[in-house]
Amino acid sequence: MSERELTCIICPASCTLKVSVEPGGSLKVEGALCPRGVEYAKQEVTDPRRIVMSVVKVVGGDLPTVSVKTNRPVPKKCIQEVMKATASIELKAPVEIGQVIIKDICGADVVATRRVKKVNSM
Amino acid sequence: MIEVLELNYDSVVIGAGPAGIAAAIRAQELGLKTVLVENRDLLGGIPLQCVHPGFGLHYFREDLTGTEFIYRFFDKMEKLGVEYLLKSHVHSIELVAHNEKIVNVITPQGVMRLKTKTLIYTAGARERHIFEINVVGDRPAGIYTAGEAQTLMDIYGIIPGKEIVIIGSGDVGLIMARRFALEGAKVKAVIELMHYPGGLMRNIVQCLQDYDIPLYLGHVVTRVVGKKRVEKVIVAKVDEKLKPIKGTEFEIPCDTVVLAAGLIPNLDMLEKIGLIIDPYTRGPIVNEFLETNIPGVFVAGNALVINDLVDYVVEQGELAAEGARYFIENDGIPTIDWKPVVRGRNIRFIVPHYISGKRDVILYARVQQPEKNVIVAIPEIGWKMKQFNVRPAEMIRVKLTKRLLERASSAEKISMEVIPSE
Repeated sequence: MSERELTCIICPASCTLKVSVEPGGSLKVEGALCPRGVEYAKQEVTDPRRIVMSVVKVVGGDLPTVSVKTNRPVPKKCIQEVMKATASIELKAPVEIGQVIIKDICGADVVATRRVKKVNSM
Repeated sequence: MIEVLELNYDSVVIGAGPAGIAAAIRAQELGLKTVLVENRDLLGGIPLQCVHPGFGLHYFREDLTGTEFIYRFFDKMEKLGVEYLLKSHVHSIELVAHNEKIVNVITPQGVMRLKTKTLIYTAGARERHIFEINVVGDRPAGIYTAGEAQTLMDIYGIIPGKEIVIIGSGDVGLIMARRFALEGAKVKAVIELMHYPGGLMRNIVQCLQDYDIPLYLGHVVTRVVGKKRVEKVIVAKVDEKLKPIKGTEFEIPCDTVVLAAGLIPNLDMLEKIGLIIDPYTRGPIVNEFLETNIPGVFVAGNALVINDLVDYVVEQGELAAEGARYFIENDGIPTIDWKPVVRGRNIRFIVPHYISGKRDVILYARVQQPEKNVIVAIPEIGWKMKQFNVRPAEMIRVKLTKRLLERASSAEKISMEVIPSE
């Protein structure tokens, strides 16, 4: 890799980043509006990671599903593993935001991002 | 004989998405007697079905999902005791005097006449549908807007198809492409008429490139084919006038078509009472308080201008509430020598349309064409911002302080332009 152009995905500003290798071997990042872009570019060229999101079935709640996400980015190659795990789960209401749904998968926890209140069935 | 309940308010907010919720909270905090009216059976609007992150980076300085973002506002609403009505349809709005409007609402509790000094309209936008984008052919099952697909998948947990073609590369379409791919459906193509993407660049990267989904720029779906269910679409290349080129047609077999062809502000209710529309935003003409040409009627969020960030939507809701208070305190926004805000080179639109120059303002603009290495400038005040890239999909937001605007006190207008940088 002599030079690579990336689009920062940290925020919607979508900065165009130029990553190059300095003579000493360290990475140089240009074009970032904030330090998080520099961090992202370095991570992306060495070990790309993503937050994974899905929905999980809930029974007995005011909504039929609860949305979930990994609480930190997981390696890109682990995305399918997380999706398989969330697809096989069914929860009972209530579910609170931040509640851990799956503990420790690919170095992250899967947490709830919506609130599902319990409703009394007929 | 129908019994009609008459109630008095300082401010009635129509639409309980992020703009309306933010407006109602702010209005309540400012001491206005406020009610929030929503026609669905739940509060929250679209963020409730946005399970992806990227929300709140500006407002909360945290990366939240749409769902997490909107629940923070629910909690605040509850704490403040903001009054709201669900399953309530606004039937009509009557203008009685400059400081008196009547909002007729049909609610599960009966018909209500809400008498109010100000109105904050935050009914969002609607999705452009297939008949608006010249896609002909059959009309079988399996055609959804991106928002409908999102409701099905992310509220109800139902995947609407297995082999998907997405028409339009707006953000909701890109987000849904990733959601389909994550849930195991095959997204065969995203077809975009323009020669540049409709959505944010970051979404092209993390929603399409991450999942090897092909993006066809400068292409159009000319026909949908299918008896009961969608069977395939016919795609063609377009020329520089965006007309299909004969002989370039090819087929993509699929069972589902998802439309992500942009949003249009939802303003029918206000157009009936004389709202003036900006043809470039398709939203209302507003001053720096987001007040429209109808005194005491404010518009915020996607009903004002199609935003790409919920943070801006909330900001506009709060600003409209502050405008409503200023209106009530002064029995109308005092007559000011308004300066028009005009579009310069490569600016498609700019909001608000009129400013006083005597108060801090936030300008929201979009460019007409993508351009590299440019300067965004407001020459009347000598303001400049260097940009590597400007794209129509990425809104330009600029906050100008009162002090900065004083430099233009003798100017008749304020203008924004994009100029190539040397």
